[in-house]
Amino acid sequence: MHAPNSTYAAEAKKALVALDPRPGVDKPDPIIVAEGIKRTFGGLTAVDVTKMQVQRHSITALIGPNGAGKTTLFNLLTGFDRAQSGSWTFNGNEISKTPPHKIARQGMVRTFQLTKSLYRLTVMDNMRLAATAQRGESIFLSPLRFVWGSQEKEITERAESLLERFKLIDKKDDFAAALSGGQRKLLEMARALMVNPEIVMLDEPMAGVNPALKQSLLGHIRSLRDDGMTVLFVEHDMDMVRDISDWVVVMAQGQIVAEGEPHEVMKDQAVIDAYLGAHHDMTLETEDR
Amino acid sequence: MDFLFIIQQSLSSAIGVNTIIFALAAIGLNMHFGYTGLLNFGQAGFLAVGAYTTAVLVVSFDFSLWAALGMSVLASVLFALLLGVPTLRLRADYLAIVTIAAAEIVRQIARSATFNDTLGGSDGITGKFGKAYFDLNPFTEGLETPILRFSPNDLWVVITGWLLVAAVLGFMWLIVNSPWGRVLKAIREDEEAVRSIGKNVYLYKMQSLILGGVIGSFGGAVYALSRQSVQPDNYSTFLTFFAYTVLILGGAARVFSPVIGSIIFWFLLVFVEQVLRQAVEQNYIPDWLINANQVSQVRFMLVGLGLMLLMVFRPQGIFGDKKELALDARA
Ligand SMILES: Nc1ncnc2c1ncn2[C@@H]1O[C@H](COP(=O)(O)OP(=O)(O)O)[C@@H](O)[C@H]1O
Ligand SMILES: [Mg+2]
Repeated sequence: MHAPNSTYAAEAKKALVALDPRPGVDKPDPIIVAEGIKRTFGGLTAVDVTKMQVQRHSITALIGPNGAGKTTLFNLLTGFDRAQSGSWTFNGNEISKTPPHKIARQGMVRTFQLTKSLYRLTVMDNMRLAATAQRGESIFLSPLRFVWGSQEKEITERAESLLERFKLIDKKDDFAAALSGGQRKLLEMARALMVNPEIVMLDEPMAGVNPALKQSLLGHIRSLRDDGMTVLFVEHDMDMVRDISDWVVVMAQGQIVAEGEPHEVMKDQAVIDAYLGAHHDMTLETEDR
Repeated sequence: MDFLFIIQQSLSSAIGVNTIIFALAAIGLNMHFGYTGLLNFGQAGFLAVGAYTTAVLVVSFDFSLWAALGMSVLASVLFALLLGVPTLRLRADYLAIVTIAAAEIVRQIARSATFNDTLGGSDGITGKFGKAYFDLNPFTEGLETPILRFSPNDLWVVITGWLLVAAVLGFMWLIVNSPWGRVLKAIREDEEAVRSIGKNVYLYKMQSLILGGVIGSFGGAVYALSRQSVQPDNYSTFLTFFAYTVLILGGAARVFSPVIGSIIFWFLLVFVEQVLRQAVEQNYIPDWLINANQVSQVRFMLVGLGLMLLMVFRPQGIFGDKKELALDARA
């Protein structure tokens, strides 16, 4: 496995432990700073977040009952949906009006709750596709293999080492459609890494994944942080959240109702209330296959 | 029955001018539909733009043929932009609706009385606008063999036409097997996923629409040149659907399959027609069932039936890979 580099983990812990755990609290070194994000669907307010910051190099979990607005918040932050109001920055750059592909290129890459594998592409092509700044992706250079061939080779090598790490290397020539649900989650995560992101946003990476694979997914998420990335992820399994996150943000009915360290935040009355109201949703949660 | 004649007619059709025209139309559609998942139901419009620009500029505006051909490429690029700019950011069905309507608008403008002087109304344009091209024809005699038969002009069109098809296929092969082609195939699978890893989906869809449209317009130019005439009603939706038939028959998302599809399609159409015609003439088929005037309609029914059976038993087309591209499979 990956040799854990605990510096980032330790620094993130140290930075966060000193904070006053209240909703919207300022972080010492935020990678995302968001203010006043509001998104309504007809009469329903899906997201209404006054303030949210994500600490760089941390693993931050975003939890909350079904329908709390977590996916919608992800969609807004990454440009896949448009907010009625609000502004947010990534690494200090305003991105609230930026289209999704430009946000991804800046280093903020997300995955989807319902896995989006490119079924009729091979696993390897899924990976290669995601590399950025490819010369061969220009229509004018594409017929000239000698222009992009060497870059393609480098990309393939990088893809192979990632597939190795995610234990998908044996599948590299299979169509993505031939993978199991859990393997598709792994592929989507590995593909996101091909973009060389600074922050990875994972929407329910564990949903529908069998327990054995869950453990290795956890390991992978940790290793992202150890490699210097920031991770923001949505998860329902509290044991998992406690296990790997440095910080937890709790949403309910579109708002952030609590924030804090994983062990502390679970005791928060607002969190207990949020979950009591929707406990059956939690256990019924079954996504994907 | 005169089997040799049937074979001669069918084979000449199989590699003939129509096959070339529909192969080009279908190669363009393959770019759109097979590789990018764009539903262009207005390919006839691109052929019409290619054909009319070529003919009109030479006949009414004294362009040289070669300049007119260059302009027809430009015109089809503009036509693609016109269709793509408002629709390609929207859901796939918008493009389908807009393209089918736009192709009809092109045809209606072409046949309207208002532009009778330049576009020729419903009669279209006939004239010697292809003279510069046929002046280059080295063949003074046609081809006359037991299995193939072409007039001198047709022989010239067939040879240059197939050279054009070969060049287009070679170019297609290079670009769809490049990282650019990989982005297109990914867009066909899931646009959002492609956006999420930093690709400008809109730009790629536009490039695909333009490129496939220009290839289609080549087909239109061949159509016009080969007949030295353009007629608006040749560019109605039936042309688009024949092109789809050709594409799906060969198997979408294979570089060569539109050509194979077109060859088979035009072989079958003429083969069935000739067999029926002779059978009717020689009273193997009684007049009350099919008479000589109905043959050309009945051949479409029979070929259509054959295609339906093909779709039932081999939905991926003749050369398609079942795993990769069954028409109905969204895995
Ligand atoms: N496209 C949409 N149209 C209408 N309502 C939506 C849409 N997307 C989400 N919602 C609603 O917004 C709320 C938040 O949904 P979502 O963000 O998916 O929650 P979560 O991911 O926390 O389970 C839900 O009530 C959901 O029904
Ligand atoms: Mg969700």
